[in-house]
Amino acid sequence: MDNGIANPALSARDYKSSVKPVWCPGCGDFSVLSAITKTFAELQLDPAQVAVISGIGCSSRIPAYLNTYGFHGVHGRALPLGVGLKVARPDLTVLVTGGDGDGFSIGGNHFLHACRRNVDITYLVMDNQVYGMTKGQASPTTAPDWALSKLTPEGPGINPFYPLVIALASGANFIARASSSDPNGTARMLVDAIRHPGFSFIQVLSPCVTFQPEQREWKKLVHPAPVEATSDPAKAARRLMTDDNLFVGVLYQGTRKPFQPCLEADLEHAAELDEAFAI
Amino acid sequence: MNAPSVESLTVAELLAHSLAIEAEAEERYAMLAEQMEVHNNEAVAALFRRLAEIEGKHVAKVRTMPGGDSIPHIAPWNLHWAGQTSPEAPEFGEAHYLMTPHHALELALQGECYAAEFFSEVAASASDETVRRMAQELAQEEREHVALIEQWLARYPKPEAGWAEDPDPPNQA
Amino acid sequence: MSTDSVSIAFAGSGGAGVLTAGNVLLEAAASAGWYAYLSRSAGPQIRGGESVTLLRVSRNRVESHDDDFRLLLAIDWRNFERFVAELPLSGDSLLIGDAEAGPLPECLAAYAARYCELPLKRIAKGMSQGRPNMVALGVLAAAIGIPCDKVTEALAHTLRDKGQAAMDAGAACVTAGMECARELPLIKLPAAPAPRAHGERLLITGNEATGLGAVRGGVRFVSAYPITPATEILEWLAPSVDRLGGTLVQAEDELASVNQAIGASFGGTPSLTATSGPGLALMLESIGLAVAAEVPIVVVDVMRGGPSTGIPTKSEQADLGMALYGLHGDAPHLVLAPLSVADCLFTTQWAVHLAEALQTPAIVLSDQSLGQSRAVIERPADLAFIGRRQTLEDIGERYARYAVTTSGVSPMAIPGMPGGQYTAEGLEHSEAGTPSGSAADHAAQLQKRRRKLTDFDYGTHWAEIEGEATTAVITWGSTTGPVREALNRRAVAGWATRMVAMRLLAPARPDAMRQALDGVERVLIVEQCEGGQFHHYLRAHYDLPAEVRTLCKPGPLPIRPQEVYTRIEDWH
Repeated sequence: MDNGIANPALSARDYKSSVKPVWCPGCGDFSVLSAITKTFAELQLDPAQVAVISGIGCSSRIPAYLNTYGFHGVHGRALPLGVGLKVARPDLTVLVTGGDGDGFSIGGNHFLHACRRNVDITYLVMDNQVYGMTKGQASPTTAPDWALSKLTPEGPGINPFYPLVIALASGANFIARASSSDPNGTARMLVDAIRHPGFSFIQVLSPCVTFQPEQREWKKLVHPAPVEATSDPAKAARRLMTDDNLFVGVLYQGTRKPFQPCLEADLEHAAELDEAFAI
Repeated sequence: MNAPSVESLTVAELLAHSLAIEAEAEERYAMLAEQMEVHNNEAVAALFRRLAEIEGKHVAKVRTMPGGDSIPHIAPWNLHWAGQTSPEAPEFGEAHYLMTPHHALELALQGECYAAEFFSEVAASASDETVRRMAQELAQEEREHVALIEQWLARYPKPEAGWAEDPDPPNQA
Repeated sequence: MSTDSVSIAFAGSGGAGVLTAGNVLLEAAASAGWYAYLSRSAGPQIRGGESVTLLRVSRNRVESHDDDFRLLLAIDWRNFERFVAELPLSGDSLLIGDAEAGPLPECLAAYAARYCELPLKRIAKGMSQGRPNMVALGVLAAAIGIPCDKVTEALAHTLRDKGQAAMDAGAACVTAGMECARELPLIKLPAAPAPRAHGERLLITGNEATGLGAVRGGVRFVSAYPITPATEILEWLAPSVDRLGGTLVQAEDELASVNQAIGASFGGTPSLTATSGPGLALMLESIGLAVAAEVPIVVVDVMRGGPSTGIPTKSEQADLGMALYGLHGDAPHLVLAPLSVADCLFTTQWAVHLAEALQTPAIVLSDQSLGQSRAVIERPADLAFIGRRQTLEDIGERYARYAVTTSGVSPMAIPGMPGGQYTAEGLEHSEAGTPSGSAADHAAQLQKRRRKLTDFDYGTHWAEIEGEATTAVITWGSTTGPVREALNRRAVAGWATRMVAMRLLAPARPDAMRQALDGVERVLIVEQCEGGQFHHYLRAHYDLPAEVRTLCKPGPLPIRPQEVYTRIEDWH
């Protein structure tokens, strides 16, 4: 539903569970949580038909805060959980969530292959460029000179990972960047991402006020994407060449057919398969 | 339907905005109250809970206004402040686990001011006569809230520098 | 050495086709009524390597190889030394080589066995589309007395996609080979058992039987990452599970495949993945997740030599320790092992049933010697236990996914069930599934997860127990074959022995073992693992009699019946 229908049956709060988030006050993830519940309400999804899947990290706690089905798995493996679920149960809406460490470091290989496979799921990464749960170590998206971690006192010294570039190169079918400072805009993008067939990826800039307090400034620095979304990967790639990592908007909406095997049987009983071995 | 412009707002759309403002503020205060509870900041939790209750009453009130029983749904991004957070709701990013009632009331004051500004703008520029009148009333109400919170705030002086200092390091989870 | 069977070996290199010809002979023997068991050993080359096909044909069911081989035919002797250790011969063996392949290798001279040269290549050259392996096939069939018509039938079946000309050429070679074998001393096969109606028996590999057991158990989602020697399970399942309305997904790695299976099972679809040791090692963390989140999955490990990449194409029972104890934390789960090629079907199906019923992961420890061997088995009955998990029927006041119940099994909501929404949780949790670090919740959930496994009635399937005696042999998995054969020989010699072959390794069943060992005064423990993992496992969980011997031998050489026999020869 976009507009105009009076008194929708479900409101955003119907998608919230009674579990209270343990995130630090000020954390961008609260805003993302709010955007997710708004999204589900806009789509009027039956909470029993939605599964939110995550790995490990601060942001990966999100399934417990929602009144949908959820899975809080192990570190880095949320995408394969979501892929397996969606392939076996294409009737469900599957949203995979997590952080930059979970998704781009320990789970980096799954990110590449989830983009390639193009199963009809949405992957929302709350990127704060830091491992918050383990007290502030550099993540794959941290700047090379960020010297505030005891683990890398002189900064990680290696180039950051560019999630949008990797997503485009690997074949994701919908690619966007959002900012937690704009929960309504994030909700809008998430609605589009869920509706878009195939693998949709949204990077949400979501500040860590405890370990990256300067990220509070993101809300002033982010700016709308200068051009409209494109279905041409070459155009999207050119746009990423001048990306300042702070534009917000949909970059790419592809037309690739999602991966979904047919689940119709042509045999009734498994024992019929014996016949091939009979002597 | 695209984002309505302030000039062309109908009564029903004004109500939808009004409802969204109050409902968002209620949800936000409730979430902030939870955050403070989880972080053992009882005083501020109680304050946010109180503010959430007040906003809840405002939501109920909007629903009892003429036309309040058939307020159209407008997608959050199509509200007049599309792309921004709702004027009355404090931003999540402004919260801090050691914040004091003074900080909380400052946030609330800012929210009420923004809401008053929004309705004043509608009152000044809407083309529909009824919309202008209603927006004026709503703006007036918000200004009353501003005054109320200012009184409240007077009881909670600005905390001294260093209020955010925590002698312990962060925990691992 | 068995008198009910004949064992033959067929070697060659560089695309000689000894596997194809060996399989034709196997199929011919099977359709003529014999039982048979075939395995293959090969060099590391992907194509063109040296390889040997080992075939045992018998009047009775056979589950493993004999002590030695009566007949060895080699099309050539290139790199033959590689196989010497796997191919025990005796002075009674007959060795056949090609006249053009050079002299008998020195490594075989010591047997002082009879050696004949036959002009296999020359005969093949003289025929249209003639191939030495087909001539050799005729020689072998004639040497052991497999009827010509059964060989040509099996050949036609094997070559059906290659066209009539190829079939005719093959048949002509076989006839020529049989003719050429006339001069050879006949190695008489025992008479074939009474003919059986088509379909009463199956000719199948352990890996195929594992796949069949999986789908019979209800598996409809399979995730796959290729690895030797498990790949054939996945290759067989790919079209099969599809025909049954399920699907197989090739994943990017084993971390993904195990998690895909967990995700699909969370959605209500019984799920399985198959791998070997290195893959299982990668999956362990997530198998722990399936324990904590109580999501049923089956993981088949077709064991190979280890550690590390080890010996990928050869068998060993050395992943037992990892399967039992590899999960971090206190993580009760199921570990099972098939006892024969035929039992791959039963055990896998049972594993699916148990995993589903107990909402927990099951690791099935097959191995290369079962998985990649092809055997004639009795067609298994349609077993009653189809995997069923207890799903949520009545939401009640408030659904608690991890409710502490008497059995320890909590009704599971499946996505789509209204009101059943919960979060499957790898963090320790309360009954409702909310993360919890409390001592009480931890203890309650640990106990519940253990109790559901220990209190379950596994019936008599936990082990195969045979014979009444004061002497017992305890073994598990694939070594059951040679153990059973050794004990049959002891019985013929007049000595009773008890066999306990364990199919269910975790949870341990100490009471059941106590009963199984009632009256037993001495035991021999047999395993194909140098470090004695099974021996240590038995010591840790069971009361054993005072006198214990072990036969702990590493792969890749199989344990032979005679080794087991000898180890307890003085125990009367």
